[in-house]
Amino acid sequence: MTFWNKSLAAVAALAGLSTLAADIRPAEAQANTLRVVMHSDLKILDPIWTTAYIVRNHGYMVWDTLFAMDEKLEVKPQMVDKWTVSPDNLTFTFTLRDKLEWHDGTPVTAEDCIASIRRWGARDSMGQSLMARIADMKAVDAKTFTMQLKEPYGLVLQSLGKPSSNVPFMMPKRVAETDPNTQIKPEDVIGSGPFIFKRDEWKPGEKTVYVRNAKYVPRNEPVSGMAGGKKVNLDRVEWRVLGDHQTTVNALLANEIDMIESPPHDLLPVLSRDRNIKLFSANPLGLQYTFRFNVLHKPFDNDKVRQAVLYALNQKDFLDAVIGDPKWYKECKAMFVCGTPLETTKGWEDKLTSNFDKSKALLREAGYDGTPIVLMQSTDLAVLTNLAPVAKNLLEKGGFKVDMQSMDWQTLVSRRARKDAPTAGGWHAFLTAWVAADILNPVMAGFFNAGCDRAMFGWPCDKQIQDLRDAYARETDPAKQKAIVEQVQVRASEYPTHVHLGQWYQPFALRNNVDGAVTAPVTVFWNVVKK
Amino acid sequence: MLDFIIRRVIAIVPVLTVVAVFIFLMLRLTPGDPAAVIAGDNATSDQIDDIRRKLGLDEPIWTQFAIWITDILQGKFGESFFFKKTVAELIAQRIEPTLALATCTLIFAVCVSVPIGVLAAYKQGSMFDRAVMAFAVLGFSVPGFVIGYCLIYVFAIELGWLPVQGYTRIGVDFWKFLERMVLPSLTLSVGFVALISRITRASVLEVLNEDYIRTARAKGLSNRVVLMKHALRNAAVPILTVIGIGIAVLMGGAVVTESVFGLPGLGRLTVEAVLSRDFPTIQTVILMFSVVYVVINLIIDISYTIFDPRIRY
Repeated sequence: MTFWNKSLAAVAALAGLSTLAADIRPAEAQANTLRVVMHSDLKILDPIWTTAYIVRNHGYMVWDTLFAMDEKLEVKPQMVDKWTVSPDNLTFTFTLRDKLEWHDGTPVTAEDCIASIRRWGARDSMGQSLMARIADMKAVDAKTFTMQLKEPYGLVLQSLGKPSSNVPFMMPKRVAETDPNTQIKPEDVIGSGPFIFKRDEWKPGEKTVYVRNAKYVPRNEPVSGMAGGKKVNLDRVEWRVLGDHQTTVNALLANEIDMIESPPHDLLPVLSRDRNIKLFSANPLGLQYTFRFNVLHKPFDNDKVRQAVLYALNQKDFLDAVIGDPKWYKECKAMFVCGTPLETTKGWEDKLTSNFDKSKALLREAGYDGTPIVLMQSTDLAVLTNLAPVAKNLLEKGGFKVDMQSMDWQTLVSRRARKDAPTAGGWHAFLTAWVAADILNPVMAGFFNAGCDRAMFGWPCDKQIQDLRDAYARETDPAKQKAIVEQVQVRASEYPTHVHLGQWYQPFALRNNVDGAVTAPVTVFWNVVKK
Repeated sequence: MLDFIIRRVIAIVPVLTVVAVFIFLMLRLTPGDPAAVIAGDNATSDQIDDIRRKLGLDEPIWTQFAIWITDILQGKFGESFFFKKTVAELIAQRIEPTLALATCTLIFAVCVSVPIGVLAAYKQGSMFDRAVMAFAVLGFSVPGFVIGYCLIYVFAIELGWLPVQGYTRIGVDFWKFLERMVLPSLTLSVGFVALISRITRASVLEVLNEDYIRTARAKGLSNRVVLMKHALRNAAVPILTVIGIGIAVLMGGAVVTESVFGLPGLGRLTVEAVLSRDFPTIQTVILMFSVVYVVINLIIDISYTIFDPRIRY
């Protein structure tokens, strides 16, 4: 036998073996599987431990929530069957639905929910605010528990039905008793949600797999936002990791995947030209671009200098530079997002108009000495890269000197936590984007926290804003809450903590045979059908 | 020979020490905080500080280095900051696609480049020779990702013959494995083929002008025997050297190729680890690449003795 004959024989034998191996692949690989490329790889599994959106989305696959926000932004019961509140607004009683079961077959109990709320309340800012007002939580029976408050609090249901990070997911008591500062183990990813996490198939960097929870009992109501009946029509959902945007788009065109969660805007025309692909904007509120100040250092320690920025900038230039097609963006002067009950333009009517004369006049009034603004630019995230050059251009026209420093997003994230002077590795400003679901009111929106050292990076320090936020949290009447929001927004134009630069929308790209995607602020896979 | 191998193996120690110190310092001096990445965008400073403490990143840099080196010497490569898996597990999960890509590329590149290099030398000045040289220049000049996207467009999108992306493990389905290896291997081998064919041509040309080749021809040996038995064997040493050096190029190229073709290999693991500042993973993967590079070059050095009996260590 010659060398070539031997080689051919070896290849044939190997091929034979591999064909056998192919035959014994799990049957589920052939089943009704949705292949999706999400915005990021899933590396962490604990949605209470991190605020990363991909982990939040993973949370919605596996776990369920007591309450959820519907399309009209109203909070509706989800795991809860009925709830009551005492006339003094101090005691809430929650009763769970029948037949709620963890993926390991044990029933969901009131004790599980209490432990879950405690763990979430130790991490999340709205949770911390709620926990500070809770005197006690007690299980009345296996399915009922009470929450006793120290004082009336207007955001109990909004907190428990909070749609975005950190979401109060209900976990089994033994899992929820994990130290809030320690991640839960992969084997503890056990929920009562519509999908079951396949730990044995979880390969970070390659794929994450969920299968249908056959025992899940959806609510009877139709699906609406994050609320309503979570009907699962798919046997299996695979989150694939491809890394490169162009490759991901090519894979969708070639029918190797079924959906892209966040196709880049510059590739949308390529996708929309293909008749087998459709674009679907699932999140009607979208996202909001934001310019964040660091108020610790000159010149942004001066309110008037920050006000000058409000006059120098305008939203359209930013949105055109990054999103491009007006179909996918909207100019909006409401800080708590257009299209919500708290939408208002109070305090901002004359701002964000690139009134450079006004900006220069305010700078003169403030005695601006020409200190360059250290503006951090993220260069590796397509949705952010073009923002800083636009800001530099507009600010310079408005009388500022700007030192734009480019870096990757992780460097920016690390640097923005530093309080040092901008000349010593600190910063004056950077631009980012918020998912609208995270900024629906002044308590939820992190950039409105003006609690000095306890505030988010940028460290605004304003008693008036803090008092208004507190008043909003205590208020239970929606009309009065709206009035407080208007005051917050006016105050934010006098003591600017950040500038909102317009709303934009991130459509999904789907193959035409995929239907039923839910209109919601978070990507979810119940109700989705693959024909 | 044994003395030589022992000496070379011992020489790996200082090389790896320098690499270890260099990687460690580079990572710690580069801006970026893994704790901030892990915590997510909405995290407070306290949450980030807490994660930093848990990861041991609040320790002085030399303490962190001492802990890492001690662990490495005990065969512990640490746990990824992100994946809650040991780095050894992560590498084990990701090594197959990279090994497969490197092997297919190497086989394809050597099988194509050596014959065309020899033929180009034999037909010096001909159209074929010029075409090979033009291809070599093009192969060096065009970035791998451009070649990759062009191949995807033609063979996957337009013709639909091959898949765009993904990897099928060799044990699961051999034909699918091969199907998914064609485009990435072709992409990665273009530069490699250019490099080896050019060097092969040059060294064969040099050998063809030697007296013993003239003698062989005078003895009436056929061109094939002269080329393959006398010329190529004597030209093999520089070709092997280039193949050895090319392994490093291959490792670098794998990073791009794996990204373009969605292969879940070590190249992409490295990119992901760098972007998220996953120090234990980056340190171990780069150390591993260094060991592989040193060992491959040792093997190449030893193989010289097979092709050129005059070389003795």
